[in-house]
Amino acid sequence: MSDITGERAMERRLPKFIRRIDPAVATAFGCILLLLVVGSIYSTSFLSVEYLLQQLKVAAFLGVIATGMMIVILLGQIDLSVPWSVAVGGMMACAAAAFGHVGEALAIPFGILCGMAIGLANGVGVAYLRIPSMIITLATNAVAQGLMVVYTGGFSPQDSATAAMRYIATGFLVPGVPNAVIIWALIGAAAVFALTRTTFGRSVYAIGNRERAAYLSGIDTRRVVLIAFVVSGGLSAFGGVLLAGYASKAAQSMGDTYLLPSIAAVVLGGTSILGGRGSYLGTVAGVILITLLQSILSVMQMPEAGRQIIYGVVIVAMLLLYGRQRRTE
Amino acid sequence: MKEWRFWLAEQRQTLMAIGIFAVMFAIYVTNHPAGFTANVVQTAANKSVLLAFVAMAQTLVVITAGIDLSVGMIFILTNCLASWLVVGGAGATTLGVIAVLGSGLACGILNGLIVIYGRLQPIVATIATGAAYFGIALLLRPYPGGSVNEGLADALTGKLFGVIPASLVALAAVVLVVWVPFSRSVLGRAAYASGSSEPAAYMSGMPIRRAKFLAYALAGLLASIGGLFLTFFTYTGEAAYASGNAYTLFSIAAVVLGGVSLFGGKGSVIGAIFGAFAFRTIGDLLFVFDFDPLWQPLFQGVVLLIAVSLGAFGLFRVRNRLEWFG
Repeated sequence: MSDITGERAMERRLPKFIRRIDPAVATAFGCILLLLVVGSIYSTSFLSVEYLLQQLKVAAFLGVIATGMMIVILLGQIDLSVPWSVAVGGMMACAAAAFGHVGEALAIPFGILCGMAIGLANGVGVAYLRIPSMIITLATNAVAQGLMVVYTGGFSPQDSATAAMRYIATGFLVPGVPNAVIIWALIGAAAVFALTRTTFGRSVYAIGNRERAAYLSGIDTRRVVLIAFVVSGGLSAFGGVLLAGYASKAAQSMGDTYLLPSIAAVVLGGTSILGGRGSYLGTVAGVILITLLQSILSVMQMPEAGRQIIYGVVIVAMLLLYGRQRRTE
Repeated sequence: MKEWRFWLAEQRQTLMAIGIFAVMFAIYVTNHPAGFTANVVQTAANKSVLLAFVAMAQTLVVITAGIDLSVGMIFILTNCLASWLVVGGAGATTLGVIAVLGSGLACGILNGLIVIYGRLQPIVATIATGAAYFGIALLLRPYPGGSVNEGLADALTGKLFGVIPASLVALAAVVLVVWVPFSRSVLGRAAYASGSSEPAAYMSGMPIRRAKFLAYALAGLLASIGGLFLTFFTYTGEAAYASGNAYTLFSIAAVVLGGVSLFGGKGSVIGAIFGAFAFRTIGDLLFVFDFDPLWQPLFQGVVLLIAVSLGAFGLFRVRNRLEWFG
């Protein structure tokens, strides 16, 4: 007891703006600085503006996907259908591009729509059928994979990305700032607005804290959960569209490398995996942190095996630092 | 109520899994061109046993209301390890087998330490450790290869007395050595109790943490037995990411088909084993009916989706809407 009061007293001595910062978010930003310092020791070009903008561009793809994941995690749920939602988004957008001018114009919305359909299946399962999200999203992921295998015949699809897809992923609307970064900023701003200034966002936090209480206070919790999953599916697919634009074509396993990073980015950013707590700023920090870590490992020419190991170890270590649950006993 | 009706009520889920499997397998063998022969049974058994081991591993953790998303990766890691170690003469092979099982157990212990004593959520923690285990597997086998003691491999994948598949005997032996003592021990009961209601188990003074820890550790061990058998079937080690993921996913499907509740506290390893058999047989049914193999992933996905949706029927029994939120 005395520990807690002591801590409070110490906190009170700090200026207000420092007290308001979530320690998890501060730790994440601290780790980003640490990585930059380590990287700059390794190579001087690490702190150049071009390199950092390049990193932001790569981070943007993960950022878009992690935004959807964050909303779902805030509900206390999880979306494990990310890998094939990403792949479906990319592949369906490219597939639509094969249908003349109309198809080309509708490629991006069509890709996103397919992802939203996966999200809809997840949302119905979680909200209305009360199936644990971890299970139903794994199942829809398997179905999406099956559909794509049948569609492509087991090979990489031949259609390539449209000019518009390539432009939003790699073009420059504002000189020097990649379009992908602008898009991430827009989606991020929309997410911050939705989470902090709308009934939907407050309902998300309420449900994450205690769904029963949220229901009793008159929130249509099932509809909110459904919408959250649809948004998550749509954003994953949009991430896939961006990735397909970046690589100018879609691939079967393009989403596999985004599941763990998107969850890790959200959780490392201080969002509680049990739901109800977390800020978008933390997710931004988590996304940049993960991207920088990946970048440093590849600059050091670490083989895939080492990268996977370091990755797993770093995530567990950081979670042990500040992601532990409180004792329930 | 009579004694046997209690038993029936307790075992209903397991019996249902056995029933589903029996029906599926009957359809399978009657449509198989070779019919019900020892060879058909042996091939089917060998394919199913791998999933059965991984599903057993998953069951132990699911009973405690946790989940282990790294079982598939432990399975792959021990496969790669076995392709290096389980070679040479009798002595070297024995040591190799012990080393492989020991490392599987170590992986499980690490999961248990992180989840229980580190107090992290099992989903995130085991996805992360799974990545690390896969990294180690990739380190061991950057390219598919290696070998295995073929005498031992053939003995364990062949037939006993020309009829009984040896892999099934091995599976039964593992059930007797691992599951039966566990489920009858205090820790096993505590695992069920903590999955059913952790506060109640805590109030009754049950060793919750040790029980959960043991469940994770044994899950690692069982997954490594699966990895060992994979090596016996393929004679090689391969760090296949897709395969590891698929086994994790299918283990959950098998557990659900086998009547083990994902909310914990209900079901048995026996049910999960038959769930695994049924799931494999469903996949093989497509071949018997001459479908394009391309449809297999979709078909398995749809079966999985239906299997997990069946749990939703419990909603019809809900009288008070607040029970939705468990």
